[in-house]
Amino acid sequence: MLSFNGLVAVCVLYVVFLFGIAFLAEKRAAEGRARWLNSPITYTLSLSIYTTAWTFYGAVGSAVRNGLEFLTIYLGPTLIFIGWFWLLRKMVRIGRAQRITSIADMISSRYGKSGGVAALVTLLAVIGATPYIALQLQSVTLSFSVFVRPGALGAPDTEQTAIWVAAGLALFTIIFGTRSLDVNERHPGLVSAIALEAIVKLAAILAVGIFVVWGVADGPANMLARIEASPVSQTGWNGARWLGLTVLAGAAILCLPRMFQVLVVENSDERHLATAGWAFPLYLMLISVFVVPIAVVGLEMFGSDANPDLFVLTVPLGMGQDGLALLVFLGGFSAATSMVIVAALALSTMLANHIIVPFWLRLTRHDDPMSGDMRRVALMARRLSITGVMFLGYGYYRLSGGADALADIGLIAFLGVAQILPALLGGILWRGATRVGAALGIGAGFLIWAWLLLIPNVAETGGVMPQMLIDGPFGLVWLSPVTPLGLQATDPLLTAMVLSLGVNTFLFIFGSLVSFPSPLERLQGAQFVNVYDHSQPLYGWQGASGAADDLLIMAQRILGTSRAGRLFQTAAEAQGRISGVPEPTPDFLERLERELAGSVGAATAHAMVAQIVGGASVSVRDLLAVADETAQIMEYSTQLEAKSEELAQTAARLQEVNAKLTALSLQKDAFLSQISHELRTPMTSIRSFSEILMQPDGIDAAARTRFSRIIHDETVRLTRLLDDLLDLSVLENGRVTLHEAEARLSDVLDRAIHAAGAQADGRLIIRRDPDAEAVTLWTDPDRLAQVFINLISNAQKYCDAPAPELTISVRQMPGRLQVEFADNGSGIPKRQQALIFEKFARADTAKGAPGAGLGLAISREIMARLGGGLSYVPSEQGTRFRVRLPGRTRRAA
Amino acid sequence: MGGRILLIEDEGNILEAISFILSRAGWQVQGHGNGATALDAVARTRPDMIVLDVMLPGCSGLEILRALRQRPETAALPVVMLTAKGQLKDRETALELGADAYLTKPFSNADLLATVALLAQSRAESGRA
Repeated sequence: MLSFNGLVAVCVLYVVFLFGIAFLAEKRAAEGRARWLNSPITYTLSLSIYTTAWTFYGAVGSAVRNGLEFLTIYLGPTLIFIGWFWLLRKMVRIGRAQRITSIADMISSRYGKSGGVAALVTLLAVIGATPYIALQLQSVTLSFSVFVRPGALGAPDTEQTAIWVAAGLALFTIIFGTRSLDVNERHPGLVSAIALEAIVKLAAILAVGIFVVWGVADGPANMLARIEASPVSQTGWNGARWLGLTVLAGAAILCLPRMFQVLVVENSDERHLATAGWAFPLYLMLISVFVVPIAVVGLEMFGSDANPDLFVLTVPLGMGQDGLALLVFLGGFSAATSMVIVAALALSTMLANHIIVPFWLRLTRHDDPMSGDMRRVALMARRLSITGVMFLGYGYYRLSGGADALADIGLIAFLGVAQILPALLGGILWRGATRVGAALGIGAGFLIWAWLLLIPNVAETGGVMPQMLIDGPFGLVWLSPVTPLGLQATDPLLTAMVLSLGVNTFLFIFGSLVSFPSPLERLQGAQFVNVYDHSQPLYGWQGASGAADDLLIMAQRILGTSRAGRLFQTAAEAQGRISGVPEPTPDFLERLERELAGSVGAATAHAMVAQIVGGASVSVRDLLAVADETAQIMEYSTQLEAKSEELAQTAARLQEVNAKLTALSLQKDAFLSQISHELRTPMTSIRSFSEILMQPDGIDAAARTRFSRIIHDETVRLTRLLDDLLDLSVLENGRVTLHEAEARLSDVLDRAIHAAGAQADGRLIIRRDPDAEAVTLWTDPDRLAQVFINLISNAQKYCDAPAPELTISVRQMPGRLQVEFADNGSGIPKRQQALIFEKFARADTAKGAPGAGLGLAISREIMARLGGGLSYVPSEQGTRFRVRLPGRTRRAA
Repeated sequence: MGGRILLIEDEGNILEAISFILSRAGWQVQGHGNGATALDAVARTRPDMIVLDVMLPGCSGLEILRALRQRPETAALPVVMLTAKGQLKDRETALELGADAYLTKPFSNADLLATVALLAQSRAESGRA
């Protein structure tokens, strides 16, 4: 007989062994070498957390009390795995595609990422799981006590083992469940430990079963005879209860948070599910095949007074098989601990993600939920949640004092989480399901379940049954959990099940029909229902080398060949791989994502990596983030476009200005050349004649006089040229000062004709219109006269008619006055008309006549300053210039 | 010294001054004020030397020079160019086209006479040779 201390030592050794396995698995997974971890068998074994201590020990007890009814607990999951395999596959695919972290996340994701629905599901799960965890602690404590004092089934004195167990489990879960916020929320160490525990469980039960059939009885035939004779086979058959419990167990395997954790979240390869489809039912069959023989033998040995829930342990003990009993003890311990670990992990994820972190965010108003600070908060929230869940279970266990009512809690908990089923199935299969329907259904089902089953059970566990629960609140008997709706319920569980799930389903459908889904809900609905259209199957690490190649190709496109190559090479070397292609471990993926994010933005980088590695479809949040980044990039490129257009415009303007400057420079050269010519010509005459005059030898007086006059005339010409140049310069620079005054047009013309010497010369006949000239102007009379003088003297010089005539006509136009100077000469040739206003331009017909060709240029500048204009009017005959004056004129009285 | 000089210059006063100077030096000077008809005048008067202004109405002095050099009978005729622009480029163009001398206005009478004399002498020498 093992001492208590020896038992504790075995326990501690076993736990250390589990820690070791978990550590090893984590290490292997990080190196990408854990092939056995990634096998479908490991996955199937991890599913066995479904068989908790409640079934490990309790199935035999149930068989003693209710015959084969315990089979329903295995029948439900078996039917689901075989018949509804498509549903499991869809759940796994959705979980991967949407990166679902828990059952609450699944429901909330489907219904528009609703935080409220997630919190409701979390609450439901925690309330449902707490008594269940208490049950596991109780079983461990009970088995301890049985071991220490076999046969003494009374109150054990090993109460404090429960707290050590709880603390140890919390530690284990924290260590292997919250090492990091993994992208895919997988925990290889933890999974490998529970897989090992699954083997221990199965081995223990099979060993006891074989011992009973072949050790106690004489083989199967003898065993069957004993069963026939046993009261176990005399128990009745309740069809309704069988059906109800089967349905309930089936619902539980889909809805239990811990089952969701191993089934969906920890799934690393969709193909593993196919193996689990037959292997898991086989596991359930193996673990249940010896239940009845053990029950029969137990009853034979200990009678109906003994606690049948412990027959698995007490039968080998009673037969003196200490080793076998120890194995059974470890099996039960395994069943309890694996359930508690996974449940705590799943619940903590839900609590942290859907209650603590949102609450913390609301309190602190953090802007960036992806900051390192946030990750630390999320991890801390999980660790606190794990501890909290564990001690909630322990607290409940203490409260119940290990009462028998705890045994009923298994099915009650099943029905609690089954309230999620309508919303879960509806969400996966029906696009019309809405958040309102889901919240109404779950909420109502939860309330009915709590009122009819949970509260009475808690009350019973606590040993108090308030009168209110028997009579109904406010004296409303129909509300009493004992007689709901006035039904004399023979089976409270079935009644509550029909009522809660019925109302739940009705409200879910009704609420969905009367409410309209938000756009996000619609989108998520489509993503869930048609998940196969939107996602790739997830294959495990076997396919990952292909993924690494794809990652490299993608990284090369974004980072450039050399940088991507370096990144992958470094990672491969760090992993100890020579091939140059690293395993896509979480660490490496995280680093790659960071590198990519520098180029394409975090959301896009995440979506790209997820697409390749996870086979995940891109979630709405990702899409929105990608859209944001794209918008930013588009904005940026629009700005660039605008800038480059601006640059192009500036360049065009510069080119234009440059062309103008070049043209101006050429004009300046031509102008200087012209001035040089105009100055040198008179100077040549002056120099030549003055040199002639300087010579002493005989020049007659007449020649001397003539040469002197030529010199004189040429100096006058030079002076006039300089005056004109200065005048033009001043006019062109706009620095001219106008002396505006009232003046009669006729007076200005008189002055001009006189100054031009036209009357004195008498050769040119000038025709005027005195009536039309009787106009008073507001102008600079001197400057206007200058223009007129130029035009008259041009006519004097260039009119080639035998009897030159100049006609000055005045026309009053609306807003302006027009004065035309027309002669009867041959006019200016067409090709030269465009040039006459240019500086130094002289029509061929003007050659030989004095003048530098600045007169018209000056006149045009003057008229522009006076607010009018000067133009050449092509006409049939003669030269015709038109002077336009602005409208500030008035007709003389 | 002596011979016929055709002076093609549109500016009357300059024409008069050069004619006076060269006549007094013993040349027979024929003045012509129009570029367009200058070649006709050359054919008609068959001068021994030409003094040619660059800036002429109707036809540039450089064009006249080019035409003269293309005709066999005038290809070797001494030509003195006169320009009022005084730019190096004009001078180069004129010498390339075959001008024998180049004077920039305003020039001294002595320079003009020396240039004409030099040309006459070298022509006489080449004629003897």
